[in-house]
Amino acid sequence: MPINYYIFLSIALFCIGIVGVLTRRNAIIIFMCIELMLNAVNLMFVAFSKMHHLAAGSGASTVGTDGQLFVFFIMVVAAAEVSVGLAIIVMMYRNIHSVDVNFLNRLKH
Amino acid sequence: MKNALQLAYLVPLFPLLGFLINGLGRKSLSKGAIGVIGSGMILASFVVSLLMFLQVKEGNTIVAEYFNFIHVGKLSIPFAFQVDQLSSIFLLIITGVGFLIHVYSTSYMHEEPTEHFGRYFAYLNLFVFSMLLLVMGANYVIMFIGWEGVGLCSYLLIGFWFKKTAYNKAANKAFIMNRIGDLAFLIAIFWIIGKVGSVGYADVLQFAGDGSFSNKDLMGITLLLFIGATGKSAQIPLYTWLPDAMAGPTPVSALIHAATMVTAGIYMIARSNIMYTLSPVTLNIIAWIGLATALVAATIAMKQNDIKKVLAYSTVSQLGYMFLALGTGSYVAAVFHVMTHAFFKALLFLGSGSVIHAMGGEQDIRKMGGLSKYMKITNLTFLIGCIAIAGIPGFSGFFSKDEILAGAFGKSPVLYGIGLFTALLTAFYMFRLYATTFRGNFRGTHDQEHHLHESPAAITVPLLVLAVLSIVGGYIGIPEYMAHGAHRLSEFLEPVFASSNAIMEKHEISHSTEWMLTGVSSVLIIIVVLAAWKRFSSKPDLQDAEGFGKVLENKWYVDEIYDKVIVQPISRFAGFLTNVVERLVIDGVVNGVGRLVNYSGRQLRLLQSGQVGSYVLLMVFGILVVFVIQFFLRK
Repeated sequence: MPINYYIFLSIALFCIGIVGVLTRRNAIIIFMCIELMLNAVNLMFVAFSKMHHLAAGSGASTVGTDGQLFVFFIMVVAAAEVSVGLAIIVMMYRNIHSVDVNFLNRLKH
Repeated sequence: MKNALQLAYLVPLFPLLGFLINGLGRKSLSKGAIGVIGSGMILASFVVSLLMFLQVKEGNTIVAEYFNFIHVGKLSIPFAFQVDQLSSIFLLIITGVGFLIHVYSTSYMHEEPTEHFGRYFAYLNLFVFSMLLLVMGANYVIMFIGWEGVGLCSYLLIGFWFKKTAYNKAANKAFIMNRIGDLAFLIAIFWIIGKVGSVGYADVLQFAGDGSFSNKDLMGITLLLFIGATGKSAQIPLYTWLPDAMAGPTPVSALIHAATMVTAGIYMIARSNIMYTLSPVTLNIIAWIGLATALVAATIAMKQNDIKKVLAYSTVSQLGYMFLALGTGSYVAAVFHVMTHAFFKALLFLGSGSVIHAMGGEQDIRKMGGLSKYMKITNLTFLIGCIAIAGIPGFSGFFSKDEILAGAFGKSPVLYGIGLFTALLTAFYMFRLYATTFRGNFRGTHDQEHHLHESPAAITVPLLVLAVLSIVGGYIGIPEYMAHGAHRLSEFLEPVFASSNAIMEKHEISHSTEWMLTGVSSVLIIIVVLAAWKRFSSKPDLQDAEGFGKVLENKWYVDEIYDKVIVQPISRFAGFLTNVVERLVIDGVVNGVGRLVNYSGRQLRLLQSGQVGSYVLLMVFGILVVFVIQFFLRK
């Protein structure tokens, strides 16, 4: 399958993520959109990694593997982020009984 | 004492030491110690100067380099002293007369509190130090350091009694008018550096002697140097500070504003003589300015009633004479007159100080009169001073003035005529001063009469010494037509002026003409002296002058004219700057910057909305911009 499809899919996912972050006010949905963007990037990594691996031929077995390594890192970081982020959202709900980010502008005052 | 010349550095070092000791110890030292240190240091300088003079007399001169003062690119200015015929004469005058005046000051200033007494001697020593730097420097830069130093000390000493506003104003006036001249001097130095690449006298004068200057350069440099001299030596148009400088203590007037500092301009021109000789236009200007100053100041002195003001204007007038001598190319006569003038004018000033002291601070001669009965020594010495300055034959002033007039006659009879007229005026006002002060009846209050007394020895001894010098000082310059080869000063100074004399056109006048000129001027002067003596002993003018006399009494209204033409426009301009430029432009810019920052801060604050969405939006825009730049605008 040509690489273009992966790229278009990845861009589409990333843009959905951005638009979601920009337009939604619900913290959980924003959070999900961020995950979406991270996964779009992951998809891109994996696709390019595979492409380079195929292009290098069977002799060079390690070519392109670092892209896949990064994916794992991102997944680990994302998992950590989810745990911290969800904890914050829970605390936020406990304090202001809402997960609307527009209420979170107290630092301004 | 073969090595006396090696001691040149000691000459200015002693007064510098005196300045430091007296200046730092003015609160802890006693008056006696301060006086001894102050005077002793000058005496030590005088002894060294005398030893050096004896060496120079045998034909040894020295240029001693001590360290590298300025070294920039190809220009190197050493800190060097030059002791030759010209500077050794000036050294003797400065330290000799300076020493007498220091001794005089110990008594004259005795009523000052100890701290101010110490300050006074510190300033006085600093002045002598600067003056010695001025004449000993071997290049124009060292001369300029001394030149500024004496200006500073003059300022400090004129304003010595700084609690009186008028005195401070006089000090400021002196300083500012000097600055005008100093600027010209500085430009001349830069010009010399630009053309010659060195400021040492030897290099510059050699360069000039070889004819390497273009005429335009030479004229520019000489004129600028001369403008510098008009400031320091009180010539038209910058002379008005000198009469006001009389605000300082009287010994200061004697030392700085009569004997030494004001002759710095003459020294400078005599030092640069070859440049002036090669620039006849400048010489002419100098001659006419000198003569005009001599005449104007003499006319003003005719109607002054303050004893020190008369002497001040007479100083300006005599300085004009010296410039006349320089302008006619008789450099020796100028130096000769500097010397005799230092003797008799210091004598007159110190005498007037003695009178003021006895009168309890009174300076108006209309309130004096008949002092000869009370102050025998002061009377006698003051009379000798008057005779010397008037130019009565046999006294020092006669010889130097005669030589100047002879030189003027050689150049143009018009110069001679005006010069002689000025000499007559001088004789007249000096004897008007003498007769009004010392003859006739006492016109002061009863208390003052009771208080009248002869001054103590510290005052009278310097007076006597200076009186003797005023009599005999002229005999080192007996003119050629009276006795062949008797002009020892001229012989002594020959090496300094040799190259000038070689190219100067000589205006030989026959001995019989000279005899006739001397005879005529002497007879006229004696007649004037007797007339003035007789007139003012019996009937001094006590009324305020009227008509033309009033113009003279008010100094031709020169101060008023300067005030209207220069001072007031400048102060109005300064007012414009403070009120309009300062307030609108400068403050406007400063406040504007402040307001801009304030305003932009308030506007930028709006971005900080606290809305997470807007932050993210901006972030995305930022990233987009980076992408756009990366992909489309690069290359």
